Amino acid sequence: MVFTPAWSAPRPSPRHDDQKLDRVIPSLWPVVRLSLEVSLSATLLAALLGISLAAVLALGEFRGRRACVVAINALLGLPPVVVGLILYLALSHSGPLGSLGLLFTPAAMVLAQAALATPIVASLAHRALEQAWTEFGPALRVLGATRSRALPVLLALRRRHMATAILAGFGRTVSEVGAVMIVGGNIAGHTRTMTTSIALETSMGNLEQALAIGFVLIGISIAASATLLALTDSPEGRKP
Amino acid sequence: MIRLLLVLLTLLTAQAARAETITLASTTSVDASGLLAAILPQFTKQTGIDVKVLAQGTGQALATATHGDADLVLVHDPDAEAAFIQSGHGILRREIAWNDFILVGPADNSAHFAVSASAVTALEAIFSSQTIFVSRGDKSGTDAQEKRIWKAAGRNPVGQGWYKDIGGGMGAALNAAAALDAVTLSDRGTWLAFNNKRHLTIVLQGDPALINRYDVIQLNPALHPQAKLTLARQLAEWLAAPAGQAAIGALQIGGQQLFHPDASTGG
Repeated sequence: MVFTPAWSAPRPSPRHDDQKLDRVIPSLWPVVRLSLEVSLSATLLAALLGISLAAVLALGEFRGRRACVVAINALLGLPPVVVGLILYLALSHSGPLGSLGLLFTPAAMVLAQAALATPIVASLAHRALEQAWTEFGPALRVLGATRSRALPVLLALRRRHMATAILAGFGRTVSEVGAVMIVGGNIAGHTRTMTTSIALETSMGNLEQALAIGFVLIGISIAASATLLALTDSPEGRKP
Repeated sequence: MIRLLLVLLTLLTAQAARAETITLASTTSVDASGLLAAILPQFTKQTGIDVKVLAQGTGQALATATHGDADLVLVHDPDAEAAFIQSGHGILRREIAWNDFILVGPADNSAHFAVSASAVTALEAIFSSQTIFVSRGDKSGTDAQEKRIWKAAGRNPVGQGWYKDIGGGMGAALNAAAALDAVTLSDRGTWLAFNNKRHLTIVLQGDPALINRYDVIQLNPALHPQAKLTLARQLAEWLAAPAGQAAIGALQIGGQQLFHPDASTGG
């Protein structure tokens, strides 16, 4: 074997050329697109599940309702890495859902992120719907509305709150790394998202690339938060 | 809304549509060094088979395959590989390449061992001088190699304040060593490709005990009928064939060859 005496060799000076960034930009778009596709799909799933759950809990009357509300709020802090692990065990070929072949696919990442975002959407939507039902329920009932007919009215009255809940869910999904790393596998071109790219580039010592992707992610995150703020700052949004 | 639903459906069905795709469970070193990114496109071009790479470290890669979640493994820990084959999950181990492990650390080398010293001598010096040492601690091939040298040196560093078990990949260990001015064991490929060397340099190399061999192992069809074994065998055979071997040998960084193709001596 031939060894270069790197021990005594002069260290190359740190590279600050633009070539590395030129190299990263074309490969960045598929990653950004996959991130958005996965997070938006997960947010959509979480919105459907979360708002349905919120409606049942806000308007329904059944035993254990209070316990369900407490449980959903407890799940707000669900650790992503544990969700990833549980889903990994379930989706693995040796697990109960292994035959679906979903492990290491974007679909598995969607499921993981949806599991994390659903409690957030459900909790925020539940608070808004419960208040709206307290406020407008009596009047709606006088007008002869049943619970199921009152729901669309309440959702329309609180649409900004619903949008806020959904955006909060999106914020959770797009910045998440622990769960998608485990169930997605960070496969180049298949399951590599912005967050897993940042982890990978950092591990390769490509700190500039990692930071470049980080700025894109921060930009998306800020855009989502700004939209959220604009919605909650509107006159309708200030109502209790 | 409908568009989003369509995207969701596409994502859910995308996998079924791509039959000619296999999953290779591999180590962080062959991925982070750029080896797989350099050679797999050539394989895909020649065979039309797409390869999804899971870069996990040898221990996790073998566990992934044991669970039936990969079609082929490419790893570098002879002992763990033997256990994998012994348990009946793996068959037909082929050596495809080798490079070597090196110790990297700050140039002033406070443990004062020669760059040409044996690995055992170096770790003894690190132990007695209490030089900060970063360990992968992740049951990867590199981690297993490090543990073997400590054992050969008759020392147990676990629990010492200067012994930092970071539980991470090769890149994370190199980042930690750069930040702590510590010594760590690295494979040469990842080291050459690593871009955050800072004050680190090679402080030991050339001990024949530090040879690092990479093997590809196929899965046993009796235990893993769901794996894409025919496609996986094509990749295993290509890696050992002249085309794959030439691709492995062609990868260079700064004039240095990262991996030496070595299929002829097979294992």
